[in-house]
Amino acid sequence: MSKDELTGYRGQLRSALTSVGAEIGDKLKVVINNQQYSGSLMPRVETYDDWHLIIKLSSGYNVGLAYSNDMKINKVGIAPKPEFKQPPLPKAEKGLPNISIISTGGTIASRVDYVTGGVVSAMTSRDLLGIVPELVEIADVDADILYSVFSEDIGHQYWEGMAQRAYEKIKAGADGIIFTHGTDTMGYSSAAISFALQSLPCPVIFVGSQRSSDRPSSDNATNLMGGVYTAAHAPFAEVCVGLHENTSDESISYIRGTKVRKCHTSSRYAFQPVNDFPLARYKNGAVEMINSNYRKRQDSEPKLFNKFSDKAALVKFHPDMNPMVLDYYIDAGYRGLIIEATGLGQVNKILWPQLERAHKEDVFVGIVSQCIWGRVNLNVYSHGRELLDRGAVPMADMHGETAYVKLKWCMGQTEDTEKVKDLMLKNLVGELNPRTPYLRRMG
Amino acid sequence: MDYARLGLMVGIEIHQELATKHKLFCNCTPKLNKDESDFTFTRKLRPAQSELGEIDPAALFEFLKGKTIIYEANHDSSCLVEMDEEPPGSLDSEALDIALQFTFLTNGTPVDEVQVMRKTVVDGSNTGGFQRTSVVSLGGKIKVAEAIYHLEQVAVEEDAARKIEENGDTITYRLDRLGIPLIEITTAPEMNTPEEVYLVAARIGAILRATGRVRRGLGTIRQDINVSIKNGAIIEIKGAQDLGMIETIVEYEAQRQATLLEIAETLKDRGMTESQLTKDFLDVSHVFKETESNIIVDAFKSGGKVCALKLKGFNGLIGKELCPNRRLGTEMSDHAKFMSGVKGIFHTDELPRYKITRQELAALRQTVYADPNDAVIIVADEESKCKSALIAVVDRAKQALLGVPAETRSANPDGTTRFTRPRPGAARMYPETDVKPVLVSREMVADIKGRLPEMPEVKLARFQKDYGLNEKLASQIIDSDFLSLFEELANKGVSSTLLAVILTEDLTKLRRDGVPVEELTDEAITEVFELVQSGSTVKESIPELLQYLALHPDQNATQSIDELGLEMLGEDALRAIIDEVVAGSVDLIKTRGMRAIGPLMGATMGKVRGKAQPQVVQRLLQAAIEARLD
Repeated sequence: MSKDELTGYRGQLRSALTSVGAEIGDKLKVVINNQQYSGSLMPRVETYDDWHLIIKLSSGYNVGLAYSNDMKINKVGIAPKPEFKQPPLPKAEKGLPNISIISTGGTIASRVDYVTGGVVSAMTSRDLLGIVPELVEIADVDADILYSVFSEDIGHQYWEGMAQRAYEKIKAGADGIIFTHGTDTMGYSSAAISFALQSLPCPVIFVGSQRSSDRPSSDNATNLMGGVYTAAHAPFAEVCVGLHENTSDESISYIRGTKVRKCHTSSRYAFQPVNDFPLARYKNGAVEMINSNYRKRQDSEPKLFNKFSDKAALVKFHPDMNPMVLDYYIDAGYRGLIIEATGLGQVNKILWPQLERAHKEDVFVGIVSQCIWGRVNLNVYSHGRELLDRGAVPMADMHGETAYVKLKWCMGQTEDTEKVKDLMLKNLVGELNPRTPYLRRMG
Repeated sequence: MDYARLGLMVGIEIHQELATKHKLFCNCTPKLNKDESDFTFTRKLRPAQSELGEIDPAALFEFLKGKTIIYEANHDSSCLVEMDEEPPGSLDSEALDIALQFTFLTNGTPVDEVQVMRKTVVDGSNTGGFQRTSVVSLGGKIKVAEAIYHLEQVAVEEDAARKIEENGDTITYRLDRLGIPLIEITTAPEMNTPEEVYLVAARIGAILRATGRVRRGLGTIRQDINVSIKNGAIIEIKGAQDLGMIETIVEYEAQRQATLLEIAETLKDRGMTESQLTKDFLDVSHVFKETESNIIVDAFKSGGKVCALKLKGFNGLIGKELCPNRRLGTEMSDHAKFMSGVKGIFHTDELPRYKITRQELAALRQTVYADPNDAVIIVADEESKCKSALIAVVDRAKQALLGVPAETRSANPDGTTRFTRPRPGAARMYPETDVKPVLVSREMVADIKGRLPEMPEVKLARFQKDYGLNEKLASQIIDSDFLSLFEELANKGVSSTLLAVILTEDLTKLRRDGVPVEELTDEAITEVFELVQSGSTVKESIPELLQYLALHPDQNATQSIDELGLEMLGEDALRAIIDEVVAGSVDLIKTRGMRAIGPLMGATMGKVRGKAQPQVVQRLLQAAIEARLD
């Protein structure tokens, strides 16, 4: 939170508050035309207007009062110091698996500061265990903060650091890794870590929440408990995402990091598997495997390949798309493009000259489908074959975001476009599946 | 009771559902589903950390951990917002408009910017674990029988989900009611007798109905009553739905607090202190080895135990009646149930009973070394549950030393109340950051002030003048749920006296006869009156039609006329009946001529009542007699 003692207040109102020495949380008496209001000064959202004063009445309600020359503000008391008593920590059992929780941001564990209404994140192991004390019974947990960023601000430099930290934790003896991560770009990050950290001995699980952790209905604790249990006990050794399987607080599904996608803006069950079954499900305190095809937990040396290129792009085709968009990328020095085409993999023929140009200039072009589910096939329609003739490479059953992340990773491993193409078509960590399974999915 | 001597102080919060098109924070229709739910899901709630406040944190945490909440929902009344799967939309402007109307009718001062808050509620009745609520105005006053009562604030908030059942560790709610806009009016604690409380509640209800924009029917208006007496505590009584019970509730609560204070005095006289109440529980299962008490036998069968707790100095007090049907033992039992999920407790003041024998009672007292002045509590259940139950009993016993514990209680149908939870502090509120505050602009204020509805007394005078109602009928219709409908139909030309009688007296009679009149929609009632006006049926059939429609809410009035055989006879059919009557009265016609029409009219109407208009019968009868005389 900002250090500003008058968060969000600007202009004349701010001057008026400053002139009486008021800070957030202070007790004020405000008089407007014989009406008197008593309460504590509350912060204001920065983007709201600059002429409303927010005070919290003794009933707990906030009200907004319009500033005018008639408003008299008196400071009658100072802000109480926030008092937070750490709840006693449950006793840890000996001999439990070691699980490392690496936080990248978001507020998987936090509490409300009722003085200001702000949410305070708790990210030391001690804080975390105070908030989700059940973890002590599941594993010997250590938690640390790697980043504190919004998930939409995460990019490949962060992936490199995340893979590095997880690698170190595994080398130091962790039996499982948990990444806490904002959900918006979690699918990209889980794909990135899938490629950057291979030959895994244990699970690496991305956990997040779709309901903020300050509310009693938050899915954070169930997702975290399920994640820690699964990281400690599941028989697989892969990178995956684990959030609610459906709207009930009953089960959590673990979906392979390269086959997962956020498919809903807000629901608990936002993460859906694409062209693959979930790896496993956590329910009633136990993990069951769903997918028979997985890498087993084993004694192996993890391998770190944490280099990504920043010369790849993901482009969505749409009706009336201007071909200059593709020219822009080629002109700007991009070395690879993933195009989200229609249906089985078609784009408007006016883009063909640009695809030809890309091919000539040795820029890799991969084709995925904006249908998201299903496999691309450029042999069915003549317009698909025209793309093959121009060097575009169908990305099989990979969805766009995974293909994009994989391309960045491949280009981080080699500058040779032919080698990039070979890598893109080779299954490395379960991202390519020669068979498309039938799966029912939720909307 | 001498309420002045007791120092009775009461404030009320009135919650009234508003008749808006949409729910408060989404576009769902505010309606309650009677059919089966379309889908269900289950959730758990956890207290957010600093919310633990005044409740023993460990206990609350454990309590919630074990609870599973089942939500039932229908697609037409619930969307992802009610499911807590999508952020709320903006505050419904219609609800705000109604709240501001009430504000100006009662001289309150609106806030300049309405801030939406989250009030933490962890019983599962709100899927998010909080209720969204916002203060719209402060201050204001109402006048009742020449006395002035002050209002503290007016708020708009979401109604909670409907509780369907509670079964051990599972609670089931229906989501339809969640999010229906409520106006909450809080009075100052200025009422000093039960009668005043009734009058103030009735007055606020009348002003709300005067807006013409509130929902009607059972449960659409609910009063929370805050009662305290001198040296007692503020007790918040939730969910009084029946205005007629409000005086009894206040009376019983004053009595309960007064008796609790007497008990505290007695305990003090007996020299009791908190340190003498220890959490020493004893497994006394062996005492009941041969018992015939079903409850204990059942507990043994499922592997349970009987645990006992001695309460020093409490003999005779646990069975003492606090108010009708409530004893200190009932209070302890409610606390034990709340904290541990046991079905109940036994105490020595009520034993021997429930097939627990005198011998077992004596052995029990001996086992725990109880003196004659001591009481003993026993619980039969799983050992861990027994333990939490007895901890709750000790805690409640300690409160008895001090007098009245501040708590939230729920109203029972008989006017008594039961413990629901400890009273939470103001710290339960924090801002709803997903909803933008709403500016109450000068234009908005001017607009609303320019179209304020009449206050009830103005309406009363106008109804007598404009609609020709007598004072009794006018005031009945103004107090009824059908006020708006009355005005609408009366202005369409329906006889105002007929309307007023049907909508008040006839419907009240039907309700007393057990007819679910709350099922009647405005549309159904309107259709009935339209059919009368168009001559499709007669006014005498209205009560029968309304009864039928209340019992068959899926049918319309036209269908009901067919079903009940109330359709009008055509002139040919009428003529046939009249010819028959006339043919059977040849002598009468001969002797009396046209004057025979009086008795023949009576005879004919006896056969066709409800199926023909008297004017038509008269016209046809006249023609038939004339024909016969020729």
